[in-house]
Amino acid sequence: MSTSTPLEPELDGLSEGLSTVRLPRAAVLLVAALAVAVSGGLALILGWGLVGTVVLAVVLFDIGLPLWSRLVEGGRYAADRLATCLVYSAFAAVLVPLVWLIWLVLKNGLGAIDGEFLTYSMRGVVGEGGGIYHALMGTLLVTLATAVISVPIGIFTAIYLVEYGKGNRLARWTTFLVDVMTGIPSIVAGLFALSLFVLIFGPAIRIGFAGSVALSLLMIPTVVRSTEEMLRLVPSDLREASYALGVPKWRTIAKIVLPTALGGIVTGVVLAVSRVIGETAPLLVVAGATDSVNMNLFNGRMMTLPVYIYQQYSSPGIAPPTGGDPPGYARAWGAALVLIVIVMLLNLVARVIGKIFAPPTERRR
Amino acid sequence: MAKSIDVSDLNIYYGDFLAVEGVNMTIRSKAVTAFIGPSGCGKSTFLRTLNRMHEVIPGARVEGKVVVSGQSLYDAAIDPVAVRRQIGMVFQRPNPFPTMSIYDNVLAGMRLNSKRLKKSDADAIVEKSLKGANLWNEVKDRLSKPGMGLSGGQQQRLCIARAIAVEPEVLLMDEPCSALDPISTSAIEDLIHELKSEYTIVIVTHNMQQAARVSDDTGFFNLKAAGQPGHLVEFNPTTKMFTNPDEESTEAYISGRFG
Repeated sequence: MSTSTPLEPELDGLSEGLSTVRLPRAAVLLVAALAVAVSGGLALILGWGLVGTVVLAVVLFDIGLPLWSRLVEGGRYAADRLATCLVYSAFAAVLVPLVWLIWLVLKNGLGAIDGEFLTYSMRGVVGEGGGIYHALMGTLLVTLATAVISVPIGIFTAIYLVEYGKGNRLARWTTFLVDVMTGIPSIVAGLFALSLFVLIFGPAIRIGFAGSVALSLLMIPTVVRSTEEMLRLVPSDLREASYALGVPKWRTIAKIVLPTALGGIVTGVVLAVSRVIGETAPLLVVAGATDSVNMNLFNGRMMTLPVYIYQQYSSPGIAPPTGGDPPGYARAWGAALVLIVIVMLLNLVARVIGKIFAPPTERRR
Repeated sequence: MAKSIDVSDLNIYYGDFLAVEGVNMTIRSKAVTAFIGPSGCGKSTFLRTLNRMHEVIPGARVEGKVVVSGQSLYDAAIDPVAVRRQIGMVFQRPNPFPTMSIYDNVLAGMRLNSKRLKKSDADAIVEKSLKGANLWNEVKDRLSKPGMGLSGGQQQRLCIARAIAVEPEVLLMDEPCSALDPISTSAIEDLIHELKSEYTIVIVTHNMQQAARVSDDTGFFNLKAAGQPGHLVEFNPTTKMFTNPDEESTEAYISGRFG
């Protein structure tokens, strides 16, 4: 550039108009170090804990960097820096509890998990030992039955709403009621299922299937909502193309609309399952609690993981005379870890299935 | 196999709104009929009434008669699904089924209706239809690839192959080239010329030159005023339409002195 002498004055004028003074590249690190140093020093003097120190450091950083930027770079850059700082702080604030929770569960639960823990029930166990086999099987069976009830009802409802209802009175009312159902507290669903089964079978009834019915009330609205959204995303071009080939409406829905939306529907269903799998209150009310393995959904009390965690933590047994925690605490943490792993696996499965079934739109162009 | 269509006193409604009023025309068999006219004058709406696609939209209905080889399409006893099997349609935007391969897209009309096909018959239909749509040479080595992977012009020809695979008697085309570049457009116009020997073709277009190039008869639709229903102004052989039209407004529209 410098060789083109005649243009130089003009270029200089241009660059003066467009360039601004920026903070040095290390400014972010510098302010961060300063914020940590100040808040660390204060913490040492005043004797604060770790949490207070970190929060203060973040606040100092969020104020300090934009302030410095305002003085050097001007208002627009300062606003940009402030927004960036706030976004990252908010992200960290969301991430911290999640990481903390997983770390805590891993720390406390990992030690409890061994072969015996996964393959033994609590039948006849006093003190140490015992496992979650009965609760694990109960949770899997109850959740499976819930899915079997909810998925067809949910998907067919969504098909009606999108393909047939098209804003008529019945569809509007259904949408409204589904929204109301989304807001039902889970304990109310449990009480509803209990009163239903007590009416039919008498007051002492506690069966796993009743738990599935209660959980279905919570799962159906989620399935309806997610499936509805997915079906609405299917372009009406495809439906018309199918009609124009002389394909009846029901076949168009079964062979064109549902396959096109399948990835999204499956993802929605799996996410709905992982939402109800951790429900405690309704199962405590209608499925009861037991120490033995019960593989029959239609007869007898059935243990589930959330109820197991609650029970182990609320009555952890007697602490060993040598000192330490009562044995129930470790079992509760172990069961919590297993539950989290199941939910995470379900989420992974949902992602994989969503990828596999997503139509290969725009993949190669 | 190809059939002529007689339309008499056809009024088309969306709910209470009269969209197209009083259409009378005879569409000849084994010929290309083009509809031209300004946007919103009801060309596409009229086209969709010819295979009862119009009533897919809630509240849409028609009055009057559409007679295809002696059968009135809007008789109570007529099954709209059966009508659409005989009168195929190609849309403005190419719309191959995204979940299907090129091969399955061509066979969609059979497969979706659960017609059982022997593998050899299916292969023959796919080859014949793709050849008919001038697409065979471009895709014969990748029939199992998804149809969405093709270019826009190829997708549109795939849609034409899909429409002719079920061997309809009439082929309706709703601005089939409006989303395509000139080369793809010319490929499809050549195709229309070839298809004419076997099918009755009705095409809606905004491109006057295209109407002049491909069609034997032309219908000019217009609005009397904004908010008024559209109507058929003139229906004549294309050569007469573009050289010596009966109506002054037709000449004004064709020569670009519109309004």
